[in-house]
Amino acid sequence: MKNLLKKLTLPVLAFSMALFVSGLLVAFSDSQVLALKGKPLSMIAKAFSTAGGAYWALFRGSIFDPSLAEKSFIQGFYPLSETLVAASPLILTGLSVALAFRAGLFNIGAQGQFIAGAIGASWVGFTFEMPVVIHAIAAIAAAMLFAGIYGGVVGLLKARTGAHEVIVTIMLNYVAGYFLLWLLSTTAFLRPGRQDPLAPEVKTTARLPHLFGSELRANLGFIIALLVAAGVWWLLQRSTWGFRFRAVGANAAASRTAGISVGRTTTTVMFIAGALSGLAGAVQILGSEPAMTAGVGGSFGFDAITVALLGRATPIGTVFAALLFGALRAGGLTMQASTETPLDLVLVIQALVVLFIAAPALIKAIFRLKSVDAGQTVASKGWNG
Amino acid sequence: MSTTEIRSLSAPERRRRRGIITMGVLGLFALALFALMPKEGQPVTYSFVLGNEWVLIKEWIINSKTGSLIFAAIALASVVLAALQFRARKTIRFASSIFGVSFLMSFLCWAAAGKFIPFTGLLQGGLLLSVPLIFGAMAGVLSERSGVINIAIEGQLLAGAFVSGVLASLLHSNWLGLLFAPIAGALISLLLAVFAIKYGIDQVVLGFVLNVLVIGLTNFLYKKLLIPYQDTWNAATAFTPIEIPLLSKIPLIGPIFFSQSIIVYLMYVVVTIIHISLFKTKWGLRTRAVGEHPTAAESVGIDVNKIRFKNVLIAGAVAGLGGAFFTLGAVGSFSKEMTAGKGFIALAALIFGRWSPLGAVAAALIFGFADNLQGLLTITGTPIPSEFMLMAPYIATIIAVSGFVGRVRAPAADGVAYKRGGGSH
Repeated sequence: MKNLLKKLTLPVLAFSMALFVSGLLVAFSDSQVLALKGKPLSMIAKAFSTAGGAYWALFRGSIFDPSLAEKSFIQGFYPLSETLVAASPLILTGLSVALAFRAGLFNIGAQGQFIAGAIGASWVGFTFEMPVVIHAIAAIAAAMLFAGIYGGVVGLLKARTGAHEVIVTIMLNYVAGYFLLWLLSTTAFLRPGRQDPLAPEVKTTARLPHLFGSELRANLGFIIALLVAAGVWWLLQRSTWGFRFRAVGANAAASRTAGISVGRTTTTVMFIAGALSGLAGAVQILGSEPAMTAGVGGSFGFDAITVALLGRATPIGTVFAALLFGALRAGGLTMQASTETPLDLVLVIQALVVLFIAAPALIKAIFRLKSVDAGQTVASKGWNG
Repeated sequence: MSTTEIRSLSAPERRRRRGIITMGVLGLFALALFALMPKEGQPVTYSFVLGNEWVLIKEWIINSKTGSLIFAAIALASVVLAALQFRARKTIRFASSIFGVSFLMSFLCWAAAGKFIPFTGLLQGGLLLSVPLIFGAMAGVLSERSGVINIAIEGQLLAGAFVSGVLASLLHSNWLGLLFAPIAGALISLLLAVFAIKYGIDQVVLGFVLNVLVIGLTNFLYKKLLIPYQDTWNAATAFTPIEIPLLSKIPLIGPIFFSQSIIVYLMYVVVTIIHISLFKTKWGLRTRAVGEHPTAAESVGIDVNKIRFKNVLIAGAVAGLGGAFFTLGAVGSFSKEMTAGKGFIALAALIFGRWSPLGAVAAALIFGFADNLQGLLTITGTPIPSEFMLMAPYIATIIAVSGFVGRVRAPAADGVAYKRGGGSH
């Protein structure tokens, strides 16, 4: 118990610091607060109420909304369901980055792999006629295969030529984005009668069923994400492959001496990481947004990395981090609508959380703590590594 | 081919030979696809006059098929030249440049069949699009040659663009806006330097997070302040181009290089200073030493982390200045995420140019030109979808780092934090 408390100290403090700094940003960019320049006391009071208002809206949009609960109690949890919807792809892309981290690889390519997966799921979903369960499975399989290959190529290039995965994945993200844009202009993918880049909706046979009735959007995707997180935990901690992954991540040279094929491990890890991000794309398309748009990749590249970093690259940590950021994402929309605080504040909070998490020394200095369990620090190697 | 023959060639020679083979294949490809395949040739018009420079040739009209054929032939001839020079153990740089230009012209004749190409404008626009890339790549050179990976170029550019645009608008002075752009970039760099050098945080992770932070901050402030109060916060106008007397009158070269805004002239200065000081001054030697072998550098009394700190700050300032180009150098006002991934292309240019200032400039110019060509061909309409043209720089970078055009190698200690006396960890 004490151990757990120690482990939680750093993330909790980092998150509070991030909220505090972002709160200052919200308050002191507000025109009403700035208008009280001459009166410091009322300015501070107004600043508090502005930031408080924004954060209350954030809560209402992510956990529970009393005003919605007046109609039916379950409706009050609509925001929580939205949080689960937002968290599902975050868990999966976060796992993708975390798994690669454990094997000493920095997968910045979650975005591109997510797009590859979304393309696969969407294509199978709207093109073919299949019975209910099989259709969804086929769409998911296509997504994971496309994205797995898209990720695996990175591992293969690294193994064969030493091309650094950070550079290759950054570049592949852009390639995937433009490829999707092109695809959405072809007759195969453009919805008939539309000019803007929008694919047809996937057929209902391929959709993932809702969990709590049709009014709440939370769907099977969340359960899939949790199961996959458990699977990744098993893979990393209990399987021979996982041992190889971690061994290569800890010390590639020693692993090579011990007879592990580093190249093959790298390729396998990147294939699995890609497949996980692709699954995220499938969950998004089949679960909540059946029509693929050019912006389907969103900011998953950023988000996945922040989730994995906050979750210390462990499956369980990733799940909780994804829930937190999913809540921010869902709540951010409500915050934007009701308090005129731009959604982009969420990005700022995310970046700050990771910055504080990454620098335990800073948190220690600020809060004058003697010891903080910083966990394993995630580190990639230089360009030549 | 016997193994002894392969062994007798050194690694760079083998690379060069691979380059020549690649060029040969590409040349034949151009000959077949651009010159022989199309059924009917159509006239292509190149216009060379842009402003009020002295007129040498006004325009040049050539049949697309003939043009492609001529340039493909020149390209193949340059491959032969390269092969001969390779035999004679001479550098093939000149021949490969000729190859590059003629291959491109062959492509252009084919792609623009029946169209009008403003040639001078094409090059001028290409230079403009490469300006932020060059500034960004220079920031990369400064930081990475001293051993600190700079993924935050995007954020530094964006911060420079935002601050210069907003301050120029608030203070009603473009010059003050321009003055603050490097400061904004350096502030982002300060975070990079403190966290990477002082706290030893992973530099790739850090750079990435800083990008997110700057994107989040500027988006937030843009929506919160710049849109509602546009007249006071976001009403800057762009610098007007300055024509340099006489030089700007030279045909082709004048309008491209000497009829630009102050930021472009500053770019010439920055590139020159960085190139000279990196290779000819004490500071440059120290920077490179710290980036390649920090332990050795420290053993002769160089304060590794101090040099790195300084370099990262200067790098941020350079990128920030480049950011001002987006606002004050081009359109005046700031718009959301206006750097649009240019920082990452700058990073690509840095790698493509093998971490050398002039190499990075060349790569940035190629990327800028390709970007502009893509824009032009999208407007005029071509056989290739514009999305694939847009992908080109990214794919080229992947090919470059995969060693198909020769292995690229980063400074040895790039990205590795240094602890005093304790060596790298």
